[in-house]
Amino acid sequence: MQRNPQLNANGELQHLLSIEGLPREILLQILDTAESFVGVTERDIKKVPLLRGKSVFNLFFEPSTRTRTTFEIAAKRLSADVINLNIAASSQSKGESLLDTVANLSAMHADLFVVRHASSGAPYLIARHVKPHEHVINAGDGRHAHPTQGLLDLYTIRHYKKDFARLTVAVVGDILHSRVARSLIHGLTTLGTPEVRVISPQTLLPAGVESLGVHVFHDMREGLKGVDVIVMLRLQNERMTGALLPSAQEFFMNYGLTAEKLALARPDAIVMHPGPMNRGVEIDSSVADGPHSVILPQVTFGIAVRMAVMSIVAGN
Amino acid sequence: MANELPDAEALLPRLAAELRPRVTPNVAMIGLYTGGAWLAERLHPLLGLKDPLGLMDIAFYRDDYHQEGLKHDPKRTRIPFDVEGRDLLLVDDVLYTGRTVRAAMNELFDYGRPRSIALVILVDRGGRQLPICAQHCGATVQVPEGMRLRLKRTPEGALRLELERAA
Amino acid sequence: MRLLVRGGRVIDPASGRDAIGDVFIAEGKFAAADGSADRVIEAKGLVVAPGLIDLAARLREPGYEYKATLESEVEAAVAGGVTSLACMPDTDPPLDEPGLVDMLRRRAKALARVRVYPVGALTVKLQGERLTEMAELAVSGCVAFSQANAPIADTLVLWRALQYAATFGYSVWLRAEDPWLAKGGVAHDGEVATRLGLSAIPPFAETIALGTLLELVRATGTRLHVCRLSSAAAVEMIRAAKKEKLPVSCDVGIHHVHLSELDLGYFDSHCRLEPPLRSRRDREALSRALADGTIDCVVSDHTPVDEDQKQLPFAEAEPGATGLELLLPLVLKWGAERNLPLAKSLARVTVDAARVLGAASGRIEPGAPGDAIVFDPEAPFRVTPEALRSQGKNSPFLGYELAGRVRATIVAGNVVFEQK
Repeated sequence: MQRNPQLNANGELQHLLSIEGLPREILLQILDTAESFVGVTERDIKKVPLLRGKSVFNLFFEPSTRTRTTFEIAAKRLSADVINLNIAASSQSKGESLLDTVANLSAMHADLFVVRHASSGAPYLIARHVKPHEHVINAGDGRHAHPTQGLLDLYTIRHYKKDFARLTVAVVGDILHSRVARSLIHGLTTLGTPEVRVISPQTLLPAGVESLGVHVFHDMREGLKGVDVIVMLRLQNERMTGALLPSAQEFFMNYGLTAEKLALARPDAIVMHPGPMNRGVEIDSSVADGPHSVILPQVTFGIAVRMAVMSIVAGN
Repeated sequence: MANELPDAEALLPRLAAELRPRVTPNVAMIGLYTGGAWLAERLHPLLGLKDPLGLMDIAFYRDDYHQEGLKHDPKRTRIPFDVEGRDLLLVDDVLYTGRTVRAAMNELFDYGRPRSIALVILVDRGGRQLPICAQHCGATVQVPEGMRLRLKRTPEGALRLELERAA
Repeated sequence: MRLLVRGGRVIDPASGRDAIGDVFIAEGKFAAADGSADRVIEAKGLVVAPGLIDLAARLREPGYEYKATLESEVEAAVAGGVTSLACMPDTDPPLDEPGLVDMLRRRAKALARVRVYPVGALTVKLQGERLTEMAELAVSGCVAFSQANAPIADTLVLWRALQYAATFGYSVWLRAEDPWLAKGGVAHDGEVATRLGLSAIPPFAETIALGTLLELVRATGTRLHVCRLSSAAAVEMIRAAKKEKLPVSCDVGIHHVHLSELDLGYFDSHCRLEPPLRSRRDREALSRALADGTIDCVVSDHTPVDEDQKQLPFAEAEPGATGLELLLPLVLKWGAERNLPLAKSLARVTVDAARVLGAASGRIEPGAPGDAIVFDPEAPFRVTPEALRSQGKNSPFLGYELAGRVRATIVAGNVVFEQK
């Protein structure tokens, strides 16, 4: 079996492509380093000079303002130069291959590529072809992984709940299409979370999902009993056209998080959502804006986590 | 060899005595992780300073990031007072090349503009590579080639200087 | 040309013969040696066997000449010891017109290397709507009719196509895959696709389609050859169909006998194949079924793909692997893993494939076409792009060291390939 392409010969993190396959120690290193960066984001001068002189290229083949913006902020806080490439509008549409695009940017002295792509595995292809001093960070590839989101979710959970070894975590919604869910599940199991649940109709669960180390629930009320952390996933409109679900209303009836269902979880349970939220589809406004919700802090932690990831890989 | 190293515990009260005359309401203390933080934790209560102790990690300001990468286990810098216009006592255990202090000053200036910074060191081992000097120093020590001087803390909290092989 | 192959270990799977001896070819056919040889090939220490018969190879002509040409692929075939091959109708344009088939056969004949048996399109443009002129295509030389990887979604058309073919006794070669269930899928619907986040094809996409095909065969009596089995469940259905004495045969791709979904690793697009590589359990069932004869023969499914089309994210990469030159070493490897005698493992690419094809070759006996190979079963073969003669360098076995090298390939008594 090949060596994990994310790690160099010394076992250090060279690229961040997926949480799966990363040793526990590296996950903890990232979370601990992010902790230090939270301090930086709280002071007036929110910059540190670590990546001064380095160029971070945001290669977004799939449009996204939110994720791209947080990576841009994170890179600038590390004093890096940031270049944003909206690929859809330029070279790709002229038929330039993915690898040619990357090779051209590499010739412009890039140090870090932050890549989001609609096809699972695209960042791995890129990582196989970049130069030794170049680093690839996966900002989301198809359904496969969104490791920085998984890490910031882990950070958030650790911030509020401290010890993974005592937790029951439920991930609710479209697991089948969710790279966020896959990344979070890998992170939770690696860090020793004893009970990870997925709550979803059969049509939105991938084959053999139990092999990821989760318990499957189709009944949300059953699945939420005694839960410490609830992670709601976004439901996309396309699911209705793909014969996976009849309607958003029926989805909300069975799988939407309301105050009444939330009451079945532990009284100190936290509610998370990777965003953007569909109010009234996966989550009720009263819950999204309520005292259990940590959705906004997730965003702040996201900047610190991305700063941690970039500064760790760029130094290896 | 060990006999030549000064007794850290004995140096502490002498340093405190040296520092006491310069303590004013405008003075605050910051210790550098990890040895400087331990030292500062012992000095701070001896001086009756107004503000709580600040603790600083310089991981993000080191000048060897590109060679060495980010060191493991960075701690979180916490400075529980406003740095602007203050007279700061920057505390570290061993003064050697001066690069740690340079990084610390760069980081401090990202928090604000202090009125003055005085460097308080337990031991100066010479070997400066930058124009940095300590205003208050417990002792000077010659460290043999290939060795490193470290401050250690016993489980009971006692401070002790030790030599170890450099990596 | 009278050719004597002297002193080799002669293996003829058809008769079970496995002994040191001589093989003599005169006037293009095997014959008893009569002492008059124009040329002698010394085969001491080597195996002499019938030339390999590969029931699925893409020669990429007409239309895909930038991927490969007849010249290069035919060179690859004979270097791999393949003396007869059946080529798929999914060229551009597809082989749905007699003129195209004619041209292909003439081109192949002119190259005078491997025997090319064109498989004609079952429906016009492979679109699954209108029947092709099967009789005309048969006259031009098509040995069977197929859809390659294009589905016939309309079961009425499928039924009529099988009925029409049955009228004239034509053989129909089809892959069993339900187009709706397979739509957009690029990997086996299992743990690996779940972890890698790939769109998946469940195994019942194959069994549902196979059930339909077998029902239609019961109704029409068409001679059906099911191509590229991929699942254990499908193997069981074939086993039952054969027990029921339905006129059904089937094959498996050589890659599916060796590899499973686990070989995808970190999105290796060389493992992007149609049908997808399924679970280890499926692989084991396919390997066993090929050994016990439930699966009649094994094919290379040779599909040269240019490197640009493989250096893409997994789902976007073009499916297919190069295989003509690897068929022999991979069959030997399979045979060794299953502890089969050489005569048995080689049968699956000689006499058994000949039976499906309806060809006279694939056996060493007086009167049979003089197609043979001389090979060293132990000689190492390191699979590198430079070592492959095919224009397709796309193989999941790149970097592997296999055993089995062809020293000479003989078609109709002519030495069409030789290597010391």
